[in-house]
Amino acid sequence: MEYIVGLLAVVFLALTIVVLSRIVTLAKGVGGSNKVASDNPYEERAAGTSNRINAWLMLIFPILGTAAAVWSFMESRPKFLPEAASEHGILTDNMFWISMSVITIAFAITNALLFYFAFKYRYKAGRNAVFYPVNHRLELIWTVIPAIVMAVLVFTGWRVWRDITAQAPENAYVFEVVGKQFNWVTRYAGADDSKLGNYNFKLIDETNELGIDYADQASFDDFTSNQLRIPKGVPVLLKIRAKDVLHSVFIPHLRVKMDAVPGMPTKFWFVATKTTEEMRNETGNPDFNYQVNCTEVCGEGHFSMKMQLVIDEVEDYKAWVATQKPLLTSNPTLLARVPENLKARAMKYIESAPSDSTSAATGGAAATGVSLK
Amino acid sequence: MATAQLTQEVHAHEEHEHEHHELGFIRKYIFSEDHKTIAKQYLISGILWAFIGGLLSMLFRLQLGFPNMKLEWLRPLLGGWIEEGGKLDPQFYLALVTMHGTIMVFFVLTAGLSGTFSNFLIPLQVGARDMASGFLNMLSYWFFFVSSVIMFGSLFVETGPAGGGWVVYPPLSALPQAADGSKLGLTLWLVSMALFIVSQLLGGINYVTTIINLRTRGMSFTKLPLTIWAFMFTAILGILSFPVLFSAVLLLVFDRTFGTSFYLSEIYVNGEALPNVGGSAILYQHLFWFLGHPEVYIVLLPALGITSEIIATNARKPIFGYRAMIGSLMGITLLAFIVWAHHMFVTGMNPFLGSVFMFLTLIIAVPSAVKAFNYITTLWRGNIVFTPAMLFSIGLVSFFISGGLTGIILGNSALDIQLHDTYFVVAHFHLVMGSASFFGLMAGVYHWFPKMFGRMMNEKMGYVHFWLTFVGIYLIFFPMHYIGIAGFPRRYYSFTTYDAANSFADMNMFISIAAMITFGAQILFAWNFFYSMFRGRKAPQNPWHSNTLEWTAPIHPEHGNWPGEIPAAYRWPYDYSKPGAKEDFIPQNVPYSATPESNLPHENEQIAMEKEIEGMIDSQNETYKH
Repeated sequence: MEYIVGLLAVVFLALTIVVLSRIVTLAKGVGGSNKVASDNPYEERAAGTSNRINAWLMLIFPILGTAAAVWSFMESRPKFLPEAASEHGILTDNMFWISMSVITIAFAITNALLFYFAFKYRYKAGRNAVFYPVNHRLELIWTVIPAIVMAVLVFTGWRVWRDITAQAPENAYVFEVVGKQFNWVTRYAGADDSKLGNYNFKLIDETNELGIDYADQASFDDFTSNQLRIPKGVPVLLKIRAKDVLHSVFIPHLRVKMDAVPGMPTKFWFVATKTTEEMRNETGNPDFNYQVNCTEVCGEGHFSMKMQLVIDEVEDYKAWVATQKPLLTSNPTLLARVPENLKARAMKYIESAPSDSTSAATGGAAATGVSLK
Repeated sequence: MATAQLTQEVHAHEEHEHEHHELGFIRKYIFSEDHKTIAKQYLISGILWAFIGGLLSMLFRLQLGFPNMKLEWLRPLLGGWIEEGGKLDPQFYLALVTMHGTIMVFFVLTAGLSGTFSNFLIPLQVGARDMASGFLNMLSYWFFFVSSVIMFGSLFVETGPAGGGWVVYPPLSALPQAADGSKLGLTLWLVSMALFIVSQLLGGINYVTTIINLRTRGMSFTKLPLTIWAFMFTAILGILSFPVLFSAVLLLVFDRTFGTSFYLSEIYVNGEALPNVGGSAILYQHLFWFLGHPEVYIVLLPALGITSEIIATNARKPIFGYRAMIGSLMGITLLAFIVWAHHMFVTGMNPFLGSVFMFLTLIIAVPSAVKAFNYITTLWRGNIVFTPAMLFSIGLVSFFISGGLTGIILGNSALDIQLHDTYFVVAHFHLVMGSASFFGLMAGVYHWFPKMFGRMMNEKMGYVHFWLTFVGIYLIFFPMHYIGIAGFPRRYYSFTTYDAANSFADMNMFISIAAMITFGAQILFAWNFFYSMFRGRKAPQNPWHSNTLEWTAPIHPEHGNWPGEIPAAYRWPYDYSKPGAKEDFIPQNVPYSATPESNLPHENEQIAMEKEIEGMIDSQNETYKH
């Protein structure tokens, strides 16, 4: 469809070239490299044909431009602001279109006046411009009106912003999203305590890519995944951090964006309103998936850094969590990192095979060959 | 000291009119202390940089518009940056957008615009023989030149030029092991920027000093052309904010080279936990944007100043609301310092700070709106002559409005969540800052070319250049908003993994074609510029019937600008189409006593002041004597 846009543009530009090259040929002969211009070239030229052509183009441009703008807007509209699937997203989308309407009105009025005046008051020999240096009342008016409009926009924007950035509710489901070159990893709080354990970047190695601190027993049931799976209709709090360089969590459909900063954990909470399944039905696309992208340039693979996001009904989500194995279970060598006094508790997560745990206890480093998954 | 030397030279000129040959070629054209020559050096450097910066954007537009195109044919130019399969290297793509941004913002629109016109116009319009210090002025250019050479050199480094975006945020930029674009190329970027800042400070101090101290007799602040007001505020912005960028750059150099942890904390990269703790990556962003935001106005204000002058001249009307224009420049300047964190709403900065910066940011729309309304009212009931400069000025106002309005959306932190770092931002700032400032630069070149080179540029070619560029820029950046509203992030090498189904492939192709045509149109300008320099029609004394003092200087002014006395300024620069006057313009050096037929009542009272102004001639000459 946009091929038409392309064609239109080519026609547009070709026209411009034709019209203007005609001007050039029309007015040839003014040149001559060492001739000094006549006594009053300024007014002579002002009264010439080029001045009229430019004036008319000042009129034609905004008319054609408006037509092109309206048409291309309608064409692209289906792709605008993909279906919002979070509570705050619906608010910000509304505010976006209201603000857009306000600025479109301002855009239309000011540009129309600019081009119309340019056309209307083109040079005419013998006419004098009006000496009109100042009018305080007029200036007061157009200082106050934008100020009021701004005040309203700021105030409504601020209220939404305040709510979005308020503390997450106590009952929020907590997830840790960690960015690294070039993918995202999610850590889930686990089925038993619903609490994320501590972490420390110095503990990161091949078997513990997020640096989970097993001296904290809240870590024991934590598990990780390359997929973010969250429940619908309840507050969800993302705790965001980065391992290496800046990244930025961007979930287009949820209107979520927050930088991931090494050494400075950030957060963003929201309530999702549509499950993946509902979204598939609504968009009529059976392959639809939410995704988490990266919007802070982070190196070569920046553009391909993403993670699938699944939104479930709460019950489905809980059922899924129950089926997931804690990291400690899927990788028993991690037991070596648990301090002696907590080992007994950690053992609960180790499935049988005593030989495994002894080898793990004798040296975690030697056991790096054990595969994670 | 340098001033003393310069002024002696100037006097040597005055006393022995025909002994100019004392300056050899090198002192006259290369290591020149003449503000006019330095301005031309800046201008030509700026034009060369603009073509380089534009060419880089053509390369990444090829990638974005034609992602499947085989680029083998670019191998002679880009060598190894074209991968085996004929695709552009993704690291090089990032380097391209980084260098495009750096070059356009700093080397074209800061040095090329302010460097050219502040240098050229300040002494000529305030009525001075040269800058307060010609020597520092020369140093300023040559620091810029060395900085340019280093930045240009970085394009040819094996690991590529800097590649973290023009903002070069750490930790990416601090860790050479994290990306090729953070290796030698980034070291050169930092060195080049440090030198660039030195150049800007030397220039800026000179501009402010000259405007304050070397105004001719009678040239009170309220008689200054708006160009000069704009240049002064620009210089003040630069003087106060560039040192902060310098500190940011310096600390980054420390982190990269000496193992400090200003910006680094808790990092695990390339299989290794770094020892750095306690630093803050966000600190860099605060320091960077403390310059970065004023920088927007550093490139824009001179363009607005130039436009004010050109619109008034060619509408044959006084600029509407002269004092309001100064007031809004002042308001923008002040606010420019306290809005920087609107670039950081989603960095994890305290949300309360976000609210504060949202309020401050949206306030800046008010003085900006005043400026736009005043330009439009200046056109109202004018007698408009469409010189190429006038066309570019009107184009500037249109871009300034169109791009400025979307700033209202982005300045709203709640809306910025979705739009931050998408193409909406790219479209916004390319219109309001990139294109508007670029049009200011073009308008200035067309308008003051006769004064610079004593010849006229070809006007018809100027018209074609204007219309192609104006239409082209709207065709590029208007639809780009759509891509942003759909959520597409900037600095993405490809959208295949983002949302391939809705990826606006045709729209991107369209934008790329429009960009190429627009870029091509600039060749017209280059030809016109260099051809007219040698073969253009000879310029008359005052080709645009303008009021400002530069048109009273000889067509080819020597070093020192006026052969005899410097003219005095008796009136403001906007007496166009004054009722009762014989002609539709009365230059600033015409005393009220000579125009009884057109004086307003309060101006007749000023006739008494003329004696006083004339009495200042001795002390003015004294300034140049030492």
